[in-house]
Amino acid sequence: MERLNLRGPAVVWRYGTVTALIDESPHAKTIELDVPGWPGHAAGQHVDLRLTADDGYQTQRSYSIASAPEDSIFALTVERIDDGEVSPYLTEELRAGDELELRGPVGGHFTWRVDDGGPLLLIAGGSGLVPLMAMLRHRAARSSELDARLLVSARSLDDVLYRDELETRAATDGFLLHRTLTREPPVGWTGFARRIDAEMLRTVGPVPTARPRIFVCGPTAFVERADDLLIELGHDPTTIRSERFGPTGG
Amino acid sequence: MARISRGFQGRRPQVEPDRVPPGQYVTRDFPVLSAGPTPRTPLDKWTFAIRGAVEKPVSWSWEEFVALPSETFTVDIHCVTKWSKLDTTWTGVSLDTLLEQAEPKAKFVLASCDGGYTTNVPIADLVGGRAWIAYEYDGEPLEPEHGGPARLLVPHLYFWKSAKWVRGIELHDYDEPGFWERYGYHNYGDPWKEQRYWND
Repeated sequence: MERLNLRGPAVVWRYGTVTALIDESPHAKTIELDVPGWPGHAAGQHVDLRLTADDGYQTQRSYSIASAPEDSIFALTVERIDDGEVSPYLTEELRAGDELELRGPVGGHFTWRVDDGGPLLLIAGGSGLVPLMAMLRHRAARSSELDARLLVSARSLDDVLYRDELETRAATDGFLLHRTLTREPPVGWTGFARRIDAEMLRTVGPVPTARPRIFVCGPTAFVERADDLLIELGHDPTTIRSERFGPTGG
Repeated sequence: MARISRGFQGRRPQVEPDRVPPGQYVTRDFPVLSAGPTPRTPLDKWTFAIRGAVEKPVSWSWEEFVALPSETFTVDIHCVTKWSKLDTTWTGVSLDTLLEQAEPKAKFVLASCDGGYTTNVPIADLVGGRAWIAYEYDGEPLEPEHGGPARLLVPHLYFWKSAKWVRGIELHDYDEPGFWERYGYHNYGDPWKEQRYWND
């Protein structure tokens, strides 16, 4: 029976209506959608989007869900890839009132529910923060006080998605926020300012004997490096769940 | 008929359309998709085994494996996350060669890997020159992030069936869903029928 539970509801195409677009960084936008019949999701899952041109040509891409299952507004966050086919459309052409065809939720491994327990260690490279943000929003919606730590790596402070919300939530929801800026730390910056390394992960913690549930999401090279460092530090590979993405024309 | 996405132009693939399954786009990169950390098994600890419902269970060390007759072949690959990569060249051992030695007695295969990944494939899809255990990509040893030292390659099915870091296959009388199949991905995964999720 466990198999059926893991499988989730039927994955069928539906139309959502864009209700708002929010700038998250110079390269990324959150798309808020009203999706009639949405079956619900777990934090960490994604959707498939399908676009149709006026001659019938179609293409599909996957995007992580940014909103918590409990949130009243369903949201995706999309980072623009300059030479992409779909992300420039979603971040520049799409307007409130437009329809988007989507199906989901899909992906059942890279998910976290408060009931799964903690501690929770989230490590994001760039827009890899999106599914991890859904987990933090879910934790907050459930008023969970489980030990949670987030390390975000971004080029500059402007590139950190949900920047204000993260700062507010870290203070009010009680999780530890660490940021590392790999290219342009502002004057007076007190956070990390280098590529992730073992020392940084040791500072972020928790110790491997705490057996945190670890989620790593970001570009392939970032995830490979983070995973290898975590294992070197003594974390059990089976406690690490990873999601990688590359610049694949999205 | 799907509704038109206002203002969407899109790009048409610069290849013969009949080489690209529905919903896929062509990439020149080689994206990486894995559910956890990349395992790194030293070659002197590596073996490949065929077990379960077979006449002769068999296991090869790395040295024995790469001494088996190999093939170099060029195929298109299709990932369920929508990218397709055309004309990829691999070297490996055909499953026909491997299964011949084990003499299978059942119809279903579960492949298992370092890191705990599994995937199920009917044996009919592994024979007839359509599946390999590949250990070279583009003339170079297969990199760990792409499944090295060796991965299953079943290019006519979605690429999650081409299990990375494969260490063995087990034959069963029954079809046992693997890792992604249990999480709601399609049990068979034919890209030309767009069998992405269990209800497709």
